[in-house]
Amino acid sequence: MALKSETMPIATSADVVKVRQLVRQWATELKFSLVDQTKLVTAASELARNTLEHGGGGTVFASVVEEGARRGVKLTFDDKGPGIANLELALRDGYTTGGGMGLGLSGSKRLVNDFEIKSEPGRGTTVTIIRWK
Amino acid sequence: MDRIPILKVGDCLLVTIQVDMHDELAMSLQEDLTSQIAKYASRGVLIDISSLEIVDSFIGRMLANIAAMSRVLDAQTVLTGMQPAVAITLVELGMALPGIKTALNVERGMELLKAYLNQDVEPEETEIDGAQE
Repeated sequence: MALKSETMPIATSADVVKVRQLVRQWATELKFSLVDQTKLVTAASELARNTLEHGGGGTVFASVVEEGARRGVKLTFDDKGPGIANLELALRDGYTTGGGMGLGLSGSKRLVNDFEIKSEPGRGTTVTIIRWK
Repeated sequence: MDRIPILKVGDCLLVTIQVDMHDELAMSLQEDLTSQIAKYASRGVLIDISSLEIVDSFIGRMLANIAAMSRVLDAQTVLTGMQPAVAITLVELGMALPGIKTALNVERGMELLKAYLNQDVEPEETEIDGAQE
């Protein structure tokens, strides 16, 4: 069940900053510890940049979710870019196509509790993460 | 576009990053710093990130690049003031920033740079035994 939600565009690097700020605000409201806030915001930043750089831009659907007694921040990054042909390879540390360090996907997976990625070559990529309090 | 100010202190350059950087700003800092090192023949660079609430792989890479570029230009870089939550996240992300000297705060960073600049580094002598007198 979503307690609140918001959809934001990711079209420029300034949008990546806005995503970080929204996630920070919500994580603070849910009284996440500073380390948990930092992990979630960092993961959001990595994935938002992926959406921008590899997906050619897209959107993030952010929501505060509740499951039993626990609450969390759920983020769904969606792009209509080229997609990822080999997900297993893309999730491996150090694998990169963008000239970076290849830590974006694998690293952000380690920073959150739930991580789900769906991708279809030619159709786009959707990454959903949740960090629970 | 706004830029991050770079202060010249003796033969060192001092940078305090106090804003949530978007990617272009990080790139322009890289360019500005290297050109200032060359302009002032600076021997040391101190970058204080105590106000940075996150360092993701992009910013981490930018910092590592600055350290590497400075080294090539004969300047030593010290990164100071990283928040503990940022350090935890960065290592979990898979980025331990090897090759970058760090100090807990600006004061210690300056000491480290001074120690580096004051050490008597003797240029390696080329042995030319038997060369003509």
